[in-house]
Parts: sequence; C-alpha cells; structure tokens
Amino acid sequence: MMQLYLKYAAIILKGRMQDKASFFFGILGQALASLSSFFAVYFIFYRFKTVKGFSFSEVLLCFSLSLISFSFAECFARGFDRFAVFISDGTFDRMLVRPRNTVFQVAASTMEFSRIGRFIEAAIVFIYALSTCGISFSAGRIAALAMMFAGSCALFSGMFVLYAALCFFTLEGLEFINIFTDGAREFGEYPLAVYGKRVLKFCTFVIPYALVQYYPFLYVTGRSSRAWYILLPLAGIVFLLPCYVFWRFGLRHYVSTGS
Amino acid sequence: MKYWCFFKIRFTTSLQYRAAALAGIVTQFAWGSLLILLFRAFYESNPAAFPLPFASLTSYIWLQQAFLTLLAPWAYNTEIMDSIQNGTIAYELCRPTDLYTMWFVKNTAERCAKVCLRGLPILIVAGFLPAPYGFSLPSGGINFFLFILSLLLGHMVVVALNMLLFITAFYTTSTQGSRILFNNVAEFLFGGVVPLPFFPPAVLAVLNFLPFSAIQNTPFLLYTGYYPAGSAVKNMCIQIFWIVILITAGHRWLKKSFRKITVMGG
Repeated sequence: MMQLYLKYAAIILKGRMQDKASFFFGILGQALASLSSFFAVYFIFYRFKTVKGFSFSEVLLCFSLSLISFSFAECFARGFDRFAVFISDGTFDRMLVRPRNTVFQVAASTMEFSRIGRFIEAAIVFIYALSTCGISFSAGRIAALAMMFAGSCALFSGMFVLYAALCFFTLEGLEFINIFTDGAREFGEYPLAVYGKRVLKFCTFVIPYALVQYYPFLYVTGRSSRAWYILLPLAGIVFLLPCYVFWRFGLRHYVSTGS
Repeated sequence: MKYWCFFKIRFTTSLQYRAAALAGIVTQFAWGSLLILLFRAFYESNPAAFPLPFASLTSYIWLQQAFLTLLAPWAYNTEIMDSIQNGTIAYELCRPTDLYTMWFVKNTAERCAKVCLRGLPILIVAGFLPAPYGFSLPSGGINFFLFILSLLLGHMVVVALNMLLFITAFYTTSTQGSRILFNNVAEFLFGGVVPLPFFPPAVLAVLNFLPFSAIQNTPFLLYTGYYPAGSAVKNMCIQIFWIVILITAGHRWLKKSFRKITVMGG
C-alpha cells in the first residue's frame, strides 16, 4: 500500500514538474501566503506588543505550528478538499470499481506539493520562535510540541475527510466548512483562549482544536505544569475515527451523479 | 447597449446560486465574529494602541464581510482565464464586441449579483448585534453618500486589476501559479488580513501609492468617519486615477496580446 502511494506521489510530482514555471510560482505563492500571514501577526504585535499575556515569540510558536501542520495535512489530504469535483465529474465512480480502499485512493489521487513553500516558511518561523521565546527545553516540552504537530495534522486531515464525506449528501462543497479548515488555520495562529471562553469551550468539547493547540501550549510555555497535557493532542488522532465512520456512512448513501 | 445585455445575463445567472450564497453568509458571519473577538483581545490588552474606535473597527469588519464578493481581489471567476487556456476564446474573438469591455462588464455583473445575495443579510444581522460588536450606522448622511460612491469606484479598481491578471493567461501555460501569487499578495495589501489602519504608519505610507488601498479601505474609512468627509474628494480622485491607469494599461496589453495569439484548431 505504501509502495503504491509512493508511486502515485512520484507520478503526480512528475506531472507537476512538466510546467516548472507554474510549479515554482505556486511554491512562491504559497510561501508569500504564509509570509503575508506572518506580516499580519508582526504588524499587529508591532502595535500592541502583547495579547492576553502572550508575547510575540510565543504567538509565533503557535502560528508556525498551525501553518506547518496545516500545510502538511493539506499536501496529503488535498484529495478530500477537492472531493466535490471528483463526485461531479465521475472520478469517484471510477475509484469505486478499483480493488482498493476509497479513502486511500482519494488521498493518493492528488498531492499539493506547492504547499512545501508554506511549510519551509513556517519551519523558519518555528525555529526563530523557538530560539527567541526563552523557553528552557525539557524532554516533556519537546514531546508536547511533537504531539501538537501530530495531533494538529490528524485533526486537520480529519476535517478534510469530514468535508468530503458531507459531499456524499450535498454533492457540492459546503463553504461553511471553510471555517473549520482554513478558518482553523488562520485563527489557530493565536492561542485559542484569546477568542474568549465560549470559543475555547467549543474548541475543547466539540472539535478538539484546543486539545491539540492551547492546552499543550500552556505546558510548553510553562504556564501550566500538568504533564498530562502532553497527551491531549491524542484527541486529534482519536478524532479521525468518527470522521472515518462518517465517511463510511456517507459512502453507503452515495448515489452517483451519473456523469 | 449590448454590454448592458451582457451585464443582465450574467447578473441573473449569478443570482441563481442561492444555496451557495446562504452557506457563504454563514461562513462570512462566523469569520467576521472570530476576527472581532481576536481584535477585542488586542483591544483589552492595549486599548491605547488602537488606531480607531473599537465600534468603527467592527463596522469595518462587517462591511468587509458583506462586500467581500464585490471587492475581494480573489473573488473573480476563473472562466475567462480558462477560456484563454482552452481556446474557447476563439468564439469570443469572432464577436463584434470589444473584448475588454465585455469581460469587464461580465465581471462587474457577477460581483454585483453575488453581493446582492450576500451583502445585505450580513449587514442586517450584524446590525442587531449589541454595540460595540455590531454593525453601526454611518457617521453621517453625507458619509453614507460618499461611501456608496467610493464603493463603486473601489469595485472598478478591483475589476480593472483582475483584468490584468486575466491577460497574464496569454503568456503562461498554467494559470495556477499566477493566480495563487496574485490572490495572496493582493489579499494582504488591500487589507483583507489586517485592516489597513493597523499597519505601521511607514508601511501604510508606501501602500497608499499602490492601487490596493483604493479598493475597500477608502470607502470603509469614509463610512466610519475615519476619513473626514472633506478628504473624500482627494481620496476618490486617487481611486479614479487608478481606474484610468489600470483600464488603459489593461486595454493596451490585451490588444498587444492579440497580436501574438495563436488559436489551435480542433
């Protein structure tokens, strides 16, 4: 399966490289996109210096983690993001007759390598933030950061799958899901508590954004000494389960559009 | 007159997407609310550093959400770029119309129709939110009038800017790269990520020499009264200046592109 996936990846990459100018413009564009969100944070902090007790470098840590994990998830789960097209043009019907798992096929069908631009950019900010935020690093804190990354990737991917699964019923993409994907990336650039108690509660109990970001972040920055916060990002991985179940449920109700 | 027909056809077609509009309204409402909550956190942390009254900012954000489809640089239809790519432009070339004007009109119609569906509901709902989170009335009757005028000008600036992007499709095999590039740069510079008054003054001074600030920033700041009514003439002259420059440039460039265009058969 892994071998097959890599083969898909190689083919897609080869295809993208056919038009090198466009490919590199794409990477540049992605890099500029995150550069502009970086400047947004920078300009705001230039003015305000601090938000709810969080410093600029601390927010940058959140910011870069959000971008890194989102670009990672988007690169590999892009097929789900474009799933509405697969349904409307019949690509998905072709997938159904192939002897492989549908989730695998959708995931392997397209990979957005231009996201590497965003990834590199975010990685640079991440390193900068780590070196300036004045956190003394222990094994626990490094583990927490790694968990935050893994949990966020899983959670974002789960949201893409959920978005795609909804297309089984609606046949076209639902724009409001953007709030939970693109919105989560944009607004996840700041520790989620800045949006107030209600938003934090929603992000704790409904969709566990705060579990992969805010609580472990409190541990990383030394605001909390509860070591079990390290484990909270597991919620992001657990979240994949209901997404998958919903996908199966949608698949059973799928009626081809006939094209 | 024929361009008026193009406008009407595209306008009514675009009015059909009502379910999409409803989904869009919900999304933009949630987006606007979260932005306001974010700025509230900054306001509470350091109220003295806020460049404009908090209620003006919320109005700015609601206006931005309501007029997104009218003014956002990325809210164009890729149809024209696709037609250049896949050759259907050949049909358009056969028509006795000025292509630049026709494309311009089609884009205007589409953006207007979308904003008719989305804009007003957002403003009405936002108007019922408690102060200072809600959408508030303009700072004066004259401001409202100037706002509408400037809004139309801003709309023309953004469509003229889009036209330049469309023409690049003559020179590249895939438009994806140039679109991503344009969308992101323009989104930031026109104040879509952070409202322009929050930019550092030095950066803002440079930005004022670019067409991006003439799109949404001018009308919105006229609405809130941040730009006094007296400055409206100067600000709108800048908008008109950009419209003239961008349209002339686009028109010329399109003509030049036609000279080298080859339409393959098939």
